[in-house]
Amino acid sequence: MTGSHTISRRRILYAGGAFAAASALSWGGAIAAPRTVKIGYVTPRTGPLAAFAEADDFVINAARKTFAGGIDVGGAKHPLEIIVKDSQSNPNRAAEVAAELIAKDKIDLMLVASTPETTNPVSDQCELNHTPCISTVAPWQPWFFTRGGKPDVGFEWTYHFFWGLEDIIAVFTTMWGSLPTNKVVGGIWPNDGDGNAWGDAKIGFPPALAAKNFSVVDPGRYQNLTEDYSAQIAEFKKGNVEIVTGVPIPPDFAVFWRQAMQQGFKPKVATVGKALLFPVAVEALGDSGRGVSNEVWWTPNHPFSSSLTHQSAGDLAASYESTTGKQWTQPIGFAHALFELAANVMARTQKLDSQASIRDAIAGTKLDTIVGPIAWGSGPVKNVAKTPLVGGQWRQGSKHKFDLCIVENSQAKNIPIGGQLEPI
Amino acid sequence: MSLFAVVDPVMQGLLLGGMYALFAIGLSLSFGIMRMVNIAHGDIIVLAAYVTLVVVETLAVNPFVAMIVVVPSLAAFGYVLQRVLLNPVLGDDILPPLLVTFGLSVIIQNLLLAVFSADPMGIHADAVQTASIGLGGGLAVGVLPLIIFASAVAVVAGLELLFAFTGLGRAFRATSDNQTVAQLMGIDNRHLYAVATALALAISAIAGSFLALRTTFVPTLGPSKLLVAFEAIIVGGMGSLWGTLAGAMLLGVAQSIGFRYNSGSGILAGHFVFLAILLVRPQGLFARARRS
Repeated sequence: MTGSHTISRRRILYAGGAFAAASALSWGGAIAAPRTVKIGYVTPRTGPLAAFAEADDFVINAARKTFAGGIDVGGAKHPLEIIVKDSQSNPNRAAEVAAELIAKDKIDLMLVASTPETTNPVSDQCELNHTPCISTVAPWQPWFFTRGGKPDVGFEWTYHFFWGLEDIIAVFTTMWGSLPTNKVVGGIWPNDGDGNAWGDAKIGFPPALAAKNFSVVDPGRYQNLTEDYSAQIAEFKKGNVEIVTGVPIPPDFAVFWRQAMQQGFKPKVATVGKALLFPVAVEALGDSGRGVSNEVWWTPNHPFSSSLTHQSAGDLAASYESTTGKQWTQPIGFAHALFELAANVMARTQKLDSQASIRDAIAGTKLDTIVGPIAWGSGPVKNVAKTPLVGGQWRQGSKHKFDLCIVENSQAKNIPIGGQLEPI
Repeated sequence: MSLFAVVDPVMQGLLLGGMYALFAIGLSLSFGIMRMVNIAHGDIIVLAAYVTLVVVETLAVNPFVAMIVVVPSLAAFGYVLQRVLLNPVLGDDILPPLLVTFGLSVIIQNLLLAVFSADPMGIHADAVQTASIGLGGGLAVGVLPLIIFASAVAVVAGLELLFAFTGLGRAFRATSDNQTVAQLMGIDNRHLYAVATALALAISAIAGSFLALRTTFVPTLGPSKLLVAFEAIIVGGMGSLWGTLAGAMLLGVAQSIGFRYNSGSGILAGHFVFLAILLVRPQGLFARARRS
C-alpha cells in the first residue's frame, strides 16, 4: 500500500467529519450560546515527578480567573473549561487520561508538561487522534526522537517548546570549565526517556564531553527508585571523578547523594539535571545540598513578561510566593506560558470546530511569553521551538534556606548572572 | 583487580543484607510459629515507615526516638490483628490466611495511597544519614547502614535467647512443634499467636523506621519488600533465624556484585542466587531438621 493511498483515505474521513461537524453546528448554532472551549491539561500531580506540578494549582487558578469572562476565539468570546488530569508520574496512566480527555471530554486543545514520561504518551495520543497539542518541560530530543520523529517530516498535530541537549551540554561544560578540576565526569543517567537521551552515545553527553576534552565515567543505566548506588559510587571513586552529572528523578538523587557521603565520595562539582530543580529537593539534601548546581530554564530574574497578565517574571514569582507561602520554582513560568500560548492560539483560530484550524494557529505562533519568545518554524526541527537555558548554583539563602544563583549565561546573554560557579 | 574492587561490593552487600534481614525476620517468625504466610508483611513494613514519618514530623523528634512510639504501636496493632482477623481463619487449610492477608495488603496500600498520595516521602536532613567512617584504601562505610546491620544481628540474637531461655520461648517452640499437644499442656493458642504477631510486627516496625531513614518510599513498595523477605528466608532455610540473616546477607552481596557488572541487573542477580539455591539445596542453607 502506498503512502498517498492512506492519505487520500484519511482525507475522505476528514471531509466527512468536517461535514458532520459543520451540519451539527448550523443546526444547533442558531439558538445556542457560544459553545464552551475545552482545554485539557495532563500533568504529574502525584508520584515521583510531583515536584514538577507543584505550581500547577497556582497557575491554573490564576488562568481560570483570567478567563472568567471567557476566552477569545477568532474575535468572539467563548466560555472556557480547563480540565486537569493527573498522570501519577506514570506514562501508561498519562496516555490513558489523554485518551479520555480526547474521546470523552472532547477537548479542543491539549496542554501537557513535565518530563518525557508525561509529554510523550500524551503527544502520541494527540497525534493519533488528530488533537492539537502543545507540550513543554522536556528537552526536545527525548520528545522528538524518542517518539520516532524525523527532522524533515516532523509531526502533524503536536508542538513542543523547551531547550535541547545541545544547550544543556554547552551550559554544563562552560560551568565546569570555569573551575580547576581534573575534567573527569561521572554520569548518573537512569533508564528512562531523559536518561537514555542524555547518556546516548550518539546524541547525548558522552560524545559531546569527549569532544570538549572531558573524560566520562558511565556506570550504565539504572532503574528509577533504585535503593542502592554503591556500584555507581565505587566506579566514580575508582575513576577519580570530580564532577558528577546526570538526570535522576528528585527522590533518587537524595538517596544517591546520601550514600555518596556515607561511602566517602565527595566530588568538587555536582551539576545535575531534573533532580535539583526544586528548592524542596535541595533542602532534602540537608547542609550537603549547598553548592550543588543545575540547569535553569526560568527564574524571577529572567527579563521577560507575560502576554496574558503583563506581569514580569519577578511579579509572577512574587505572586506565587505570597499566594502559596512557598519558594518559587522553575515550572511556574512554563505552566503560565502554556496558558499564554493557549489564549494566543485560540484568539487566532479561525474555526473553533476545525482541529486543523487550531493546529494552523499553533504553527503560526509568534509570541513573547514569560519564558521568552516562542515561534515554531525557526526551531532545530519542525514542531520544536526553543527557549533559553542558563546554569545556576544553589547558595545559602537569605529569605529561604537555599537560593538559586545564575552562574552561567553563555547561551543567553540577555539573562543576567549573579556570580561565578564555586566548588562544593 | 584492586582490593577495593573486591572488598567494596562485598562489604556494601553485607550491609544491604542487614536491611534485608530486618525485612525478613518478622515473616520468618510468623511462618516458623504459626505456619502462616503473611502476604501483607511488606506493606506492614511500609506502613511502619509512614508511621515513623508522621511521628517524626508531628513530634519533631529524632527518628531513633520515634521508634519508641512506632515499635509498640505496631506491636499492639499486630496483637489485635491476630486476635480479631487472623486467628479465626487459621487452621489446617493454609489458603484462608493467605487470602485474608492478601486482602489486608491491598487495603494497606490503598489507604496509604489515599492518605499520603503517590509522592515519594522520606525523612530528610538527619546527620546520621550522611555520616561516614573511612577504612583506608578508598573504602568507607556509612554509619546508618552499620547501625541497621548491628540492629539486625541484635534482633536475631535477642530472639534466639528468647526462644532458648524464657517460658514464652518454650511455648513458641512447643506450639511450633505440635499445636494440639501444646494446647493439651495448657497453652492458650489464640493469645500465644497474637503475641507472636505482635513480636513480628514490632520487628517489622524497626525495619520500617530504618527503611524510612535509608531511602525514599512510596505506598506501593510493600510487595518488593515481601519478595526480598521470602527469598532471604528460603535461601537461609525455613525455621532458622540465623539462616534468615545469612540468606539476607547472601542476597545483598549477590545484588551488590550484580550492580557492579551492570547497573540495571543487580536485583536480577539476587533472584538468580535464589533460584540456584532452590535447585541445589531446596531446604535452604541452614534448614533446621524438622520432625513431621
